[in-house]
Amino acid sequence: MTTYRVPLSILALCILPWLLPSKALAVNVLIYGVVCVGYNLLFGYTGLLSFGHAAFFGAGAYITGIAIGQFGVPWYLAVLMGVAGGAVLAFIIGGMSTRTRGIYFSMVTLALAQLVYYVALQASSWTGGENGLRGFTVNKINLFGFDINFLDPVNKYYVLMVFAAAALWLVSRILNSPFGAAIEAIRENERRARTCGYDVERTKLLSFTLSGTICALGGTMSALHLAFVPLESLHYLTSGMIVMMTLLGGASSFFGPFIGALVFLLMEDVFSLWTSHWQIIVGSIFVLFVLFLPKGIWGTFLSRVVR
Amino acid sequence: MDTELILMQLFSGVALGAILVITALGLSIIFGMMGVVNFAHGALFMVGAYAGLWVASLTGSFWWGLLVAPIMIGVFGMLIEFVLIRRLYGRSIDDPLLLTFGLSYVLVEGVRIVFGSDGIPFPTPSLLTGVVDLGVGFFPIYRIFVVGLVFAIVVLLWLGLEKTKFGLIVRAGARDPMMMRVLGVDISKVWLAVFGLGIGLAALGGVLAGPMRSVNPEMGALVLAEAFVVTVIGGLGSLVGAIIAGLLVGVVISMTALFAPEMATIVMFALMAIVLLIRPQGLFGKLA
Repeated sequence: MTTYRVPLSILALCILPWLLPSKALAVNVLIYGVVCVGYNLLFGYTGLLSFGHAAFFGAGAYITGIAIGQFGVPWYLAVLMGVAGGAVLAFIIGGMSTRTRGIYFSMVTLALAQLVYYVALQASSWTGGENGLRGFTVNKINLFGFDINFLDPVNKYYVLMVFAAAALWLVSRILNSPFGAAIEAIRENERRARTCGYDVERTKLLSFTLSGTICALGGTMSALHLAFVPLESLHYLTSGMIVMMTLLGGASSFFGPFIGALVFLLMEDVFSLWTSHWQIIVGSIFVLFVLFLPKGIWGTFLSRVVR
Repeated sequence: MDTELILMQLFSGVALGAILVITALGLSIIFGMMGVVNFAHGALFMVGAYAGLWVASLTGSFWWGLLVAPIMIGVFGMLIEFVLIRRLYGRSIDDPLLLTFGLSYVLVEGVRIVFGSDGIPFPTPSLLTGVVDLGVGFFPIYRIFVVGLVFAIVVLLWLGLEKTKFGLIVRAGARDPMMMRVLGVDISKVWLAVFGLGIGLAALGGVLAGPMRSVNPEMGALVLAEAFVVTVIGGLGSLVGAIIAGLLVGVVISMTALFAPEMATIVMFALMAIVLLIRPQGLFGKLA
């Protein structure tokens, strides 16, 4: 299973847009799938419940948008800048929050992410404040001499899928490394991991930074997709949404977060047709999952079917 | 800048801090006793404000709203503990946090369905409108009332926790629930009461904040972040910490609003960051 998880996942992503009602939904699944897979590295595998990952998602999106819109940077450089900026921010916030433990950690990540939100709100000459960041688009993407029309949803999906595939491969690679074993050891028993000679603080910080970096990649994908960065992408409810998606699909499973993003966005799609108050349904379903299916859809499936 | 203006702003900070104190106390009591971080605290604060508004408009009196809404929402909190949170004891500490987060979604959306998404003005009761001249400046009567009421409640809480048998059980239960059970105390009833008390305090904070902030479904989000900042600075589970940090944050916010308005929403997070760098467990917290 572990050997084939990346090719299998990518195969699933290849056919995904043809199974969903709209291509735009498929692109969203891709974006939030990447974000949740990155988030799960910290939540599912390191055992740290961060409520601040919107900060990295938003930072990736804003930096990419600002780089393209205000400085005319080519799209691939803008993506790199977004990811790098998210990594630096994750290193700083991670450095402060991993000093604390348990429930403190969740509160500190939430509060620091809200700080980023308010900074973006205040720095409106850069970020557009409450109105969000506008005024940048990517129409064409030049790949190895070919011009790809990026406004066509199918093209957009497969271009962004390359990023998603890279993220999936990277996370799988991280989990298979000795470092991956170390973070799981910390999740299971921090004291024992320390006694075994792991530098728990540095491992946590690295895990936090990697996780934030992948979330930032999701953010840059979102900026390329929407050609717009809403201020809400930095809000703590976005962090909460990432947590909900990850848990719905199944934390500490490799592909679970992707399933979670898919199910969450499908629910949003379906329920918002019925009522503008779809969040009350999604919230209730989430509460039921915490109560009765804490392993999530994919995690429960794996533990029941694949033994 | 004249002293009078600074004094008035200082006092306004104390009033803001008083609301933070009462809200963070609820959060802190629930955590200290049950080890549950209530992520729905901000949402329940907001629900409290709406309940106050509703009762006040039904009875035509702010005072009924102030009295009835916290009790109503406190009982609702007990229901939440009984139906949902009780099932999670013994599971990972993350689970109640996640559950209450989902609950906050439901509460915010529920309020939107009943009261609509737009803010509703919460009129200051006529008895408490206007300002009073204290010799050093003019102070809004309503804010003086808020500070006085919160002070009285904090004193009552302290007396209740230190001098009554119930307080003794609560304090002992926070240290060692198993031992309390062995001694024949039905700790689950105590937890029920403590959760109701904490939620009631959040709702009271909401009603008191009503005339000072606009009442809207999103008001809980900022309050939750503020309450977290206060508890992180003061030390989670420390009542003294919640009181001192709440007042400190309130004063720092309103003094910054006077000198650098654009920094007012940011400064409390900066304060928290500094405290964390020096004392990760908070000013009055114990090392975990």
